Amino acid sequence: MADTLATAGHAGSGHGPADKSKRDFLVMLPLAGAVVGAGAIAWPLIDSMNPSSDVLALASTEVDLTPISEGSGITVMWRGKPIFVRYRTAKEIKEAEDVKLSELIEPQADSARVKPGHAQWIVLIGICTHLGCIPLGNKPTDPRGEWGGWFCPCHGSQYDTSGRVRHGPAPLNLYLPPYAFLNDKRIKIG
Amino acid sequence: MAAGLFKSEVKNPVLRWVDTRLPLITMMQKEYGSFPTPRNFNYFWNFGALATVTLMIMIMTGVFLAMNYTPNANMAFSSVQHIMRDVNYGWLIRYVHMNGASMFFIVVYIHIFRGLYYGSYKFPRELLWMLGVVILLLMMATAFMGYVLPWGQMSFWGATVITNLFSAIPVVGQSIVQWLWGGFSVGNPTLNRFFSLHYLLPFLIVGVVFLHVVALHITGSNNPLGIDVKGPQDTLPFHPYYTVKDSVGLCVFLLIWAAFVFFMPNLLGDTINSIPANPLQTPADVVPEWYFLPFYAILRSVPNKVLGVALMFASIGVLFVLPWLDTSPVRSCRFRPIYRILVPLLVVDLFALGYVGAHHPQGFVVLLGRVATAWYFLHFLVFTPLVGWFETPLPLPESIAKPIVRKPHSGGGPIPGGAVAKPMENA
Ligand code: HEM
Ligand code: FES
Repeated sequence: MADTLATAGHAGSGHGPADKSKRDFLVMLPLAGAVVGAGAIAWPLIDSMNPSSDVLALASTEVDLTPISEGSGITVMWRGKPIFVRYRTAKEIKEAEDVKLSELIEPQADSARVKPGHAQWIVLIGICTHLGCIPLGNKPTDPRGEWGGWFCPCHGSQYDTSGRVRHGPAPLNLYLPPYAFLNDKRIKIG
Repeated sequence: MAAGLFKSEVKNPVLRWVDTRLPLITMMQKEYGSFPTPRNFNYFWNFGALATVTLMIMIMTGVFLAMNYTPNANMAFSSVQHIMRDVNYGWLIRYVHMNGASMFFIVVYIHIFRGLYYGSYKFPRELLWMLGVVILLLMMATAFMGYVLPWGQMSFWGATVITNLFSAIPVVGQSIVQWLWGGFSVGNPTLNRFFSLHYLLPFLIVGVVFLHVVALHITGSNNPLGIDVKGPQDTLPFHPYYTVKDSVGLCVFLLIWAAFVFFMPNLLGDTINSIPANPLQTPADVVPEWYFLPFYAILRSVPNKVLGVALMFASIGVLFVLPWLDTSPVRSCRFRPIYRILVPLLVVDLFALGYVGAHHPQGFVVLLGRVATAWYFLHFLVFTPLVGWFETPLPLPESIAKPIVRKPHSGGGPIPGGAVAKPMENA
């Protein structure tokens, strides 16, 4: 086989170049088939590692806001993630609204991060956008960083009272979960 | 001699019967008995053998731990307590395994330092070296996933931080992280797959170590002089000379390991990991095990996520290309007046990075971290290529057996090629 392959295409051997390309094709075809087959076998294995249906099943959580006192926040669980719900003081709201967008790492207005008419409530996914630690700052006694929001103990990222990142290494603002106000004192997350 | 049988020199008829069909005895005799080995090894050449023994002990203790461990987020922590308190000698098996990971890294780090100092990564051992770096990466993955299994606070948050490194990958990062977790955060699916992989990877390491040793036996070992073996007068048979030398080192090494196991089993661990994992509370300091600290420091010293992660991976990546970064034809630092200072300085730099990795990133620590990170990359990417160009190596000895240096013909440069020397050793 090797001999034939080596001589194929030589003028004197009696096989023309067309013969060689036919052979190449005959090699490539099963090769391509094998690659597709390997992929077809690999995909179920790879996909089995993705979140399973029970994990995906979207659970929602209702939160009663009455026990939260002004200036502090609580942490609730939703989809295995911590959610911060914080009751902001008038001063904190003003600070969050007055900051120039050009000063922000990921510019976003405070009004885009709260529900209209509920500016005192900020609801965030409490996971640092750097490497996933839970920032401190819900309790007024926690370290809250220079901007009075949250401070991540892992690598020192700082967030303001709107949950926007003000000091790296975190690259993004804290994410907002989907939620809605059921009434003034109750929200539903998810 | 019948056709199809191996021509064995084994005398014992039973062993001979086997050896003619499967020449294992001949192979062992050739590779580990009479194998010609440079006669001038120092104790740095113990560490490959020490690493091999450590790997075997880790696999053995690991298999027995797995008989009593439960990889479930609700039971993992208590199953480890069960091993420590109820299982006969469970405490011993666990402490040997736990401290064994640290011993493994100490041994391999010294092994790598040996390679750096004596130029073992250079022609013709480049592939041997790269296989070593692959082993290092596999070891890191194995140790990281093993540390998650007891499901303490540091297990959980270490896993969270490290898996999140992959979220730095543009566009697909978040999907990759969820794929790694099997959920929206580190949880039971994560623990299950980490257990499965922690069991698998050491056997892959065994496979790569096998290739590493095959490659070693093609090129032969380097030696403290860094010059090639010229003939039988330069070598000794591996057995009994180096089996004995390795055994001496092994006894000392096992004593040190035992001292940790019996007298200070928790010294190298983090006490926070005796608190069960709590997904709602990040500990005040998330610190990895000591052997990851320098890399963690590199990650943290850049205030940009993607760049920090990229640099951390690059810090291992530079090791892969080191054989091509070093422009000096002389292997051993013994004959390299400048590089022999730079290599120990790199060790100091790594200790500095280790200190930075263990402390809160503020003030002086941040500055030290940045300087040390810069030095690390300067060492490999700038100093190593440059020094190779302008450094004047000391004259190399003629051979291992005759470490006497002939007077250079003129100046202080290396001796020109003599009748026996090949170009490699004195260019
Ligand atoms: C599980 C980890 C490892 C094991 C079991 C192992 C095993 C060995 C053994 C048995 C030898 C021969 C004895 C000796 O020269 O000391 C050796 C040589 C060598 N190893 Fe490793 N090794 C490991 C990791 C590494 C790593 C991480 C590197 C480099 C990044 C490396 C680089 C080398 C080189 C360059 C040699 C040839 C050195 C010479 O002859 O001077 N090894 N290894
Ligand atoms: S995880 Fe928050 S700063 Fe790194």
